[in-house]
Amino acid sequence: MTIGQIALWGLVVGFIMSMVVITGFAYTTLLERKVLARMQARVGPNRAGYIPFPTRTGREKKLLAGFMQPAADAVKLFFKEDPTPAKADWLVYNLAPMLAVIPAILILAVIPWAGKIPGLVPEQYNYFAIVPGLNVAVLFILAVTSISVYGVVLAGWASNSKYAVLGGIRASAQMISYELAMSLSVLIPVMLANSMDMGVIVEAQKGHWYVFLQPVAAIIFSIAALAELQRAPFDLLEAEQELSAGFNVEYAGMRFGMFFMAEYMKMISLSAIAATLFFGGYRGPFVDQIPVLGFVYLFLKIFIGLFLMIWIRATFPRLRYDQLMLFGWKVLLPVSVINFMIVAVFIVLAAEGVFAPIANFFGF
Amino acid sequence: MGNPIIFLLLAIVAIGSAIGMLTSHNAVHSALYLVLNFATIGVFYIVLNAPFIAMVQITVYAGAIMVLFLFVIMLLGAEQLRGVTDVHGGERFHRAVAGLLAAVLLLSSALLLFQSETPAATAPMLDTSPTALGLHLFSGYVFPFEVTGLLLLVSMIGVFIFGKTKKRGKDA
Repeated sequence: MTIGQIALWGLVVGFIMSMVVITGFAYTTLLERKVLARMQARVGPNRAGYIPFPTRTGREKKLLAGFMQPAADAVKLFFKEDPTPAKADWLVYNLAPMLAVIPAILILAVIPWAGKIPGLVPEQYNYFAIVPGLNVAVLFILAVTSISVYGVVLAGWASNSKYAVLGGIRASAQMISYELAMSLSVLIPVMLANSMDMGVIVEAQKGHWYVFLQPVAAIIFSIAALAELQRAPFDLLEAEQELSAGFNVEYAGMRFGMFFMAEYMKMISLSAIAATLFFGGYRGPFVDQIPVLGFVYLFLKIFIGLFLMIWIRATFPRLRYDQLMLFGWKVLLPVSVINFMIVAVFIVLAAEGVFAPIANFFGF
Repeated sequence: MGNPIIFLLLAIVAIGSAIGMLTSHNAVHSALYLVLNFATIGVFYIVLNAPFIAMVQITVYAGAIMVLFLFVIMLLGAEQLRGVTDVHGGERFHRAVAGLLAAVLLLSSALLLFQSETPAATAPMLDTSPTALGLHLFSGYVFPFEVTGLLLLVSMIGVFIFGKTKKRGKDA
């Protein structure tokens, strides 16, 4: 394949995968509402759409009740009035929802979805991704997550509302604080796999996922990713009691919906990144024989990640602002720096053969 | 340097955003133009076959520094600059001098560029993978690298010292 053909292929695959994930976003909202409802002993949305299933008594049973809820939500949001506040900064106000959604979709570009599928993957590359073989993939993720704060901050500022500005300032402070710990924990799989290529990191986890080698880094990444996402218990920027709704208080209609779209898309992409860096990515039993299974395993791992996030939201109360900053700077950052140094020293010692006698003793 | 059309488009965006940053009367708009400029420079690095520098450019400049800028602008509420009408004589003089100096800088750099012996198109294609870059940095340039690291550490300690509020008897 020539470079032009690969670029075209990347565009087509990117379009298809984005559509798949946007559908996934719609159903993540339903999943969240259903799971939260079950955890709070409610039923959740069950009116929009069902599959009728006849039973012997004559009354039909309603299967999958509520599966059309995302479509109903979307229709409702599209038909709502979508005003711009008179004193708002018109351009930035309209730009902010787009700036929130675009990075959330962009992160998906480097995630390897499956191994080498003959016919689906250009022959130069060893795995299926929108942009396979990018040798700075991990840096790309850090770059995109670092620009994703703009959507929230600008939405808060452009609304020209006190609550929204406070939400935006909280968001920027929080994301700057937790980005450091996240970057340092992302570097550890890079050091262990000796590459910034996501596919190489996945292949290096053959047999041993990095979560077992480096549980500390995995835990730090999970906490920092939750803070990056501004999900509970770190959802201070939309604390209803203090800020009414935070940065998106002035938005309505689908532009309001786009912030939710950004949040849920980022949930999906960050659980995909966590799965790729620490939980073996698309790897699982028999994935070498049947590479298409990679999709199934990665989707399963993303689903587990999403479920955990919803579970955490249902379980933990929101942190106070000073607790958040204290935890980020005085606990998470020092722990990740020390962990980083320990891993670096151990890798050098292992390369020098210091651990060879111990490994021989245990018969590795 | 790849396709001249791509270069031209990128150059228009870069220069346009730079001019927008200078002429805009709203500090937040200026900051946004600067973000666009930094992102365009990042794309330039990709076109020049330097993906590592491109990603670092976007992470550090567009992602970290400009977010801090915006944070400070929003926190101080310093969005609106004074209007153009209340420029007094002294300031007009300063502006003229600054404009003159900028013109001299632009002309001299353009002259240097046109006179240079090796245009970018004929420069040899280097291995720009992160591995090669790291090896290069830690074999040929260890000393400057370490000095830079030390400087950054010192400035960080300086920030802590300046930022620390003195407690006077009372517990703050």
